[in-house]
Amino acid sequence: MAYKRQIDRLPIPPADAKVQNVTCHYCIVGCGYKAYTWPRNQQGTPENNAFGIDLSEQQPPNGTWIAPSMYNMVRQNGQDVHLAVVPDEDCVVNSGLASTRGGRMAENRPSRVTGTQQQRMSDPLIWRNGVWQPTTWDDALDLVARVTARIITEGSEDDLVVSMFDHGGSAGGYENTWGTGKLYFESMKVKNCRIHNRPAYNSEVHSSRDMGVDELNYSYSDYQATDTIVMVGANPLETQTNAFLNHMVPGMRNGARFIMIDPRRTVTVNACEEVAGAENVLHLAINPGSDMALLNALLTHVVDQGWTDDAFIANSTFQSGEAVEMGSGQPAGLGSLDFAMQACRTSLDEAAEICGVDAADIAKAAEWIAKPHDDGTRRKCVTGYEKGIIWGNDNYRTIGAVVNLSLATGNIGREGTGCCRMGGHQEGYYRLSDAHVGRPPTYVDQLLIGGGGKIHHVWACDHYKTTLNAAQFKRVHKRRSDMVKDAMDAAAGGTREQLVDAIASAVNAGGLFVVDVDIIHSQIGQNAHVMLPACESNEMNLTSMNGERRLRLSERYMDPFGNSRPDCLIAAGLAQHMEAVLREMGNDAYADQFKGYDWVTEEDAFMDGYNTGNPDVTYARLREMGNNGVQEPVQGFEDGKLVGTPRLYTDGVFTRHGRDDGKALFCAAGWRGWQAAGKAQEEASHEFWINNVRANIFWQNQFLDQDNDFIQDRFPYPFIEMNANDMARLGIGAGDLVEISNGNGATQGMAYPTDTAKPGQVAMVFGSPAGSQGNVVNPGVNELILPDYKHTWGNIRKLADAPPQARAVSFKSKEYTAG
Amino acid sequence: MKCTKLVDVGRRQFLRGGAMATAGAAVAAVASAPAQATPANAQIDYPSNRLTNVADLAVNEPVDIEYPDADSPGILIKLGEAVEGGVGPDGDIVAYSVLCPHQGWFMSYNSEDRSLNCPGHFSRFDVEVGGQQIWGHATQNVPQFTLRVDDSGDIYAEGASDLIFGRPSNVL
Repeated sequence: MAYKRQIDRLPIPPADAKVQNVTCHYCIVGCGYKAYTWPRNQQGTPENNAFGIDLSEQQPPNGTWIAPSMYNMVRQNGQDVHLAVVPDEDCVVNSGLASTRGGRMAENRPSRVTGTQQQRMSDPLIWRNGVWQPTTWDDALDLVARVTARIITEGSEDDLVVSMFDHGGSAGGYENTWGTGKLYFESMKVKNCRIHNRPAYNSEVHSSRDMGVDELNYSYSDYQATDTIVMVGANPLETQTNAFLNHMVPGMRNGARFIMIDPRRTVTVNACEEVAGAENVLHLAINPGSDMALLNALLTHVVDQGWTDDAFIANSTFQSGEAVEMGSGQPAGLGSLDFAMQACRTSLDEAAEICGVDAADIAKAAEWIAKPHDDGTRRKCVTGYEKGIIWGNDNYRTIGAVVNLSLATGNIGREGTGCCRMGGHQEGYYRLSDAHVGRPPTYVDQLLIGGGGKIHHVWACDHYKTTLNAAQFKRVHKRRSDMVKDAMDAAAGGTREQLVDAIASAVNAGGLFVVDVDIIHSQIGQNAHVMLPACESNEMNLTSMNGERRLRLSERYMDPFGNSRPDCLIAAGLAQHMEAVLREMGNDAYADQFKGYDWVTEEDAFMDGYNTGNPDVTYARLREMGNNGVQEPVQGFEDGKLVGTPRLYTDGVFTRHGRDDGKALFCAAGWRGWQAAGKAQEEASHEFWINNVRANIFWQNQFLDQDNDFIQDRFPYPFIEMNANDMARLGIGAGDLVEISNGNGATQGMAYPTDTAKPGQVAMVFGSPAGSQGNVVNPGVNELILPDYKHTWGNIRKLADAPPQARAVSFKSKEYTAG
Repeated sequence: MKCTKLVDVGRRQFLRGGAMATAGAAVAAVASAPAQATPANAQIDYPSNRLTNVADLAVNEPVDIEYPDADSPGILIKLGEAVEGGVGPDGDIVAYSVLCPHQGWFMSYNSEDRSLNCPGHFSRFDVEVGGQQIWGHATQNVPQFTLRVDDSGDIYAEGASDLIFGRPSNVL
């Protein structure tokens, strides 16, 4: 039986409710919302309210409405206030549309009154006397600083391993990436670090950048002014929902065709067929991992047919053969189109064989992308790509092949074009150079598994749920951190000095001291010795940019929960304690490196970082720019407004690679089958391809959704979409608990019969707290340590009949069918 | 009998409930208090509207309804198999709002797989599982109407499980 909220009326915001700008802190699209807050003892009326409309009447479709999930009661300046977070119809990103994620922002706030999100951490915790004990910030930071300072001065900064987010939104943003970056890249030069979703510190789109093309170069409005939309390994209806609904759908209604390159039929394909008609949608359901061969064939056909944009190629791309040689840290050569074609040339028939799709369909796709109109004008094409190839086979060359096609057809830098990643989180990266990390960077997970590192600072990352080779990682991480817990237990009752001695001895014997900074008790946090509670967007002011580089200030409308703090201020506090401890140790020179953190608010961190590089941009000006913000890079401040850049490369000069000539490079994307170690063998020896997929209902690894009844009622276990014949053969019914296993480990989920699932292919939702897909992903990466989460094979068996929660849910098709 | 007439009955009942609440609260008021709050019941009083009779229903042939008032369209379905929350002699009669709880678009019923489908943004709801969102953008399941069947087989709607799109209160 479905979850019932049993709510049949809500308070009405009064006309004088406080109204603030909110950018949704979940996906990269960054929809605009308005936060209304008002005192506990006040309310509006149907006739007189903050919306200025008559609420005694039924509102029409798309009308203003506060869904129960958009309401909560939170603490603001120490007072309990009503909160409503409602989509903003004046925001050009979403035009009043909410997603199933953003529409739950209010109810996913911690509230002592309504009892929501009581999983949030409120106080620092130290492993003490066999359990985690709450303590003060000074006590917790002192311990972290003393252990860290001791170890890195006895050894080196290479003994400190750091996992840190690099994203915007959530608890990221320019403030918090600057704070953490300043600590680890300026005060220290930590090279053994990794990012929240991959086992090293590296770009997800190296090749695009090396080719001169920033991966976010368009405006969402380009989808509305194009002839063809191409998606490669992306599922925008689910994962960039309102970029799809508010920009791609109007684009299709304006006549754009849609090409989807994805082994799996997703709800995006279904929706495109509904909007554009099946005859205007081409789904190339390729064999897993074969994207590059398909893209190369498209490029080859375009070149051979003479559909290239020769003027653009002559003016804006490199002309003289090879520019960058393939080598260590450089997975493919880069240069002119002719140079690249030597490696990329692939016939339609060759691609059809590799990809398992009809040659005629590949030719049709090439026509839709590049065949000029009858009057001779060029077709305009927007291309989006995401995790299907970012976490796919041969990341560097495959993304290079995507960008090749857009460059060859002149589809970057003009209205109705673009070649962009779709994105996960928003962006909000502002740090000093990471050059000291090296290229390729350290494979941090392997370093830890191999016994390297002595201290692990973890900032809002849960590798238990979201890394690859997770089963082994967890075993080793737990064993090493347990050594330190045992040592701390044995030192109970001693002085701080004795405790630090005990920890130092344990890490020198192979243990790992773990500091976990997070908003909740994460799974990897179970191994922590110190936990530091952070707060999120809207519990602090936070700046980020979305998938079209739209920078907004999402305003603080409530207090941080308990004694939690913004990450940037936690980093500052840690730096201040490091300075004090190092000075006490007599190491003044080193202590001096930790100066410069006298921030009181997150705005201070913003001014110290982002504003220093972008002096026109201030909180006050961003607040004025509202939910439409300004598209980066910011060009100046005129007539009381920040002036932005709606689209990159309109001058045809490409700069992302840092080359003086301003010419884009093509990538010699030679196909080489499975690139990562162990993939071919794993495929050959297991029955099922385990696709790693997202669902619109979950935000990332469900860190908030795991405590949301509406969400957990729908999918109490991670779904595994399976073909009905495969299920019947293995004796598996709808909702049964099944196990996926291979040589890397095992995981579990709930079988979801899916008529569009191909035999031998299942799709498991990633990052679930009730079954981590990463357990079965092998450690294979590319030359730049980019993981291939998407290509995993395993065997499947039934574990148990459907549990009661699973028996109660719907197993019908996710595809819209009007009937 | 037309549903629109029944809706009027419901509205009158709602008003009666409100008047009774006022009388009850007055007893607790302190005589010397300078100001007196306007009391109201903590729970909404829903109208009890007769929708149809069990005998008039055929399996999987939905009936258009309006509840709690004429501006709130819904659907009544006899599923043919007992479901949790179903009423009637076979425990198989359910009723839902057809305004999508995402953006309020009017949903259509797919009798083949017994789902409500929103043409606005492709959300879907399962009428056999309490209106659970199968896939979509809403942040709640589709409001299910509380039904009662009397001895004569008349079916009444008397409440709703969730807030109906486009209103701050299910009873306006």
